Amino acid sequence: MTAAAQTGAAGFLARYEGLKDHLAGARKPWVNALRADAAVHFAARGFPTRRVEQWKYTDLAPVAQASFAEPLTMVEGAITLPEPNARHRAVFVDGRFRPDLSSLEGLAFAARSLAQHLGEAEGLLGSLARPGAEPLVALNTMLFEDGLFLDLPEGVDGGLLELLSVTVDPGRPFAFHPRHLIRLGAGARLTLIETATGRGQCLHNPVFEIAVAEGATLTHGRMLQEEVTVFHLSTIYATIAAGGTYDNFTVAAGPRLTRNEIHAALIGPKAACHMNGAQMAADGQHVDTTTALEHAAPECSSRQTYKTVLAGRARGVFQGRIHVHRIAQKTDGYQMNQALLLSEEAEIDSKPQLEIYADDVKCSHGATVGALDADSLFYLRSRGIPEREAKAILVEAFLHEAVETVTEETLRTALTRALDAWWKRQGAGA
Amino acid sequence: MLKIEGLTAEVEGKPILKGIDLEVPTGEVHAIMGPNGSGKSTLSYVLAGREGYEVTGGTVTFNGRDILTMEPEERAAAGLFLAFQYPVELPGVGNATFLRTALNAQRKARGESELDAMQFLKLARERMKVLAMPEDMLKRGVNVGFSGGEKKRNEILQMTLLRPALAILDETDSGLDIDALKIVADGVNAMRGPDFSALVITHYQRLLDYIVPDRVHVLVGGRIVRSGGPELAKELEAQGYAAVQAAA
Repeated sequence: MTAAAQTGAAGFLARYEGLKDHLAGARKPWVNALRADAAVHFAARGFPTRRVEQWKYTDLAPVAQASFAEPLTMVEGAITLPEPNARHRAVFVDGRFRPDLSSLEGLAFAARSLAQHLGEAEGLLGSLARPGAEPLVALNTMLFEDGLFLDLPEGVDGGLLELLSVTVDPGRPFAFHPRHLIRLGAGARLTLIETATGRGQCLHNPVFEIAVAEGATLTHGRMLQEEVTVFHLSTIYATIAAGGTYDNFTVAAGPRLTRNEIHAALIGPKAACHMNGAQMAADGQHVDTTTALEHAAPECSSRQTYKTVLAGRARGVFQGRIHVHRIAQKTDGYQMNQALLLSEEAEIDSKPQLEIYADDVKCSHGATVGALDADSLFYLRSRGIPEREAKAILVEAFLHEAVETVTEETLRTALTRALDAWWKRQGAGA
Repeated sequence: MLKIEGLTAEVEGKPILKGIDLEVPTGEVHAIMGPNGSGKSTLSYVLAGREGYEVTGGTVTFNGRDILTMEPEERAAAGLFLAFQYPVELPGVGNATFLRTALNAQRKARGESELDAMQFLKLARERMKVLAMPEDMLKRGVNVGFSGGEKKRNEILQMTLLRPALAILDETDSGLDIDALKIVADGVNAMRGPDFSALVITHYQRLLDYIVPDRVHVLVGGRIVRSGGPELAKELEAQGYAAVQAAA
């Protein structure tokens, strides 16, 4: 094996060839078939380049050109975990489930390691996020080791669960590709608070497959707060059945590059999907939120509000596609994205995209880009509030407006804390 | 107290103030009256330090200090307050948080102890009662959804909390009905005393029936064309600015 082959897509393919007999589920033919299929797709497409429409504004070259080793050994010994955001917490270290660090006692349902329960995932895994769907999904499918497997029975109120992902810096670049499978039975409810922290030169490439059954509600709060050395590329596929709700709120603030890609499909009448978030970046960072929403059934509603704050020479992207199928009459769709640029050098690319094939729909979208309002800033300063503090007040107000849509109080508090922490880290930088 | 000498200023390269001389001694309330476009608001913004209002000549001293080199927040901490003609709405910023942050920023700048939430609330409720403001105005966003009168009252509330040495009231009477006008005037009058001065900028004489000034100045075309006692306001009301300007 030459050194050159170890970088980029070729490096990952080589790794797959070398590891495939040892990966999770290696004795299960269906898993092997899935991985092999994914490898074919990934070999054909590689990492997406900016010539691909959905990646026009986000350059994956720094990922594609790097060489990532896998975290082959289990990290032993003490790991300092962040303060919990919920009583029940499933902890993953470098993408592997750590029951010894998790607190799952008394949970109303089973929160398990996917690697250890792959047998029950047959027919489910890869059904929503198909191996060929996206190159990053193919990469994940080819190399996933573990992930969170939740299967909430009908009618169960699961309360709150935190999914914590931490990495321990092994001192060399590494990649991990968690695969999370989350299923809510009819009428079930769950608030999942996801926290991603970690350090080191790493690629965190999680894929979620989420199925919300009839009348079920999943509230999914995400805090992507890894350090500035980390590449975070996450892809979510969610389906929402009749009368069900999927509520996603993502705070992306920390990694060098964050891609928060969500594919949601409303597949039964009166289903609802809320995708909201706040993404922040400072000098040298890049944040990208890309949503694709399928209104594939009548009388469904969707709400999207995304806020972006950029400082220094940061780059931000928002792409939001809403596809209203011919059958989806009485669709109620709304999308808003707003960006606040704190410097002359910051740049946002914003691309709303509506495709409507039904005739009786209500669908609106809007986008704003601006600097801090000079009148507001002067008003605060004229009251004796120093400039830096006045700016902080206005940025927080801008971001908090997005969080107000979150009704679950524990989650809202955690999200607000994540926003404020980002702003504090900026210090005088903005 | 406030001493303005030969002040000239421009906005976007256009001269607006063309040589203002004005002195407001400690404990006095002066009114500045003038037609639209005479430079009244420009003067208030120049004094408060707003960006884009460029001073091209002259001096302004406040308690002996040159304020033109100071940042807006430094002027505020030094005791200067501007009640805005058009108070700014700040969605997402709670009024209580805003008021307490402002008060504590000024106290901190002056080396005084900061008020905790309880101390602040007690003080704010007391002052709001005097201004007949409903308590829920503390919980709402700053000026968000406030009526014109509520916004002006919120300005006066800020003044009574911050207790400036000099208050500049920029057309605080505009948009107020007579009851609100009286309440606002009472708020200002309650502050009058040997340590408080005010510059009341207004288009109409009406407000000066309730806040009786020690001196009245007429500003036309960026200059003070006449000064006199409170009776000058009545003369302006009766004869109009043109006649007063012609007589000057």
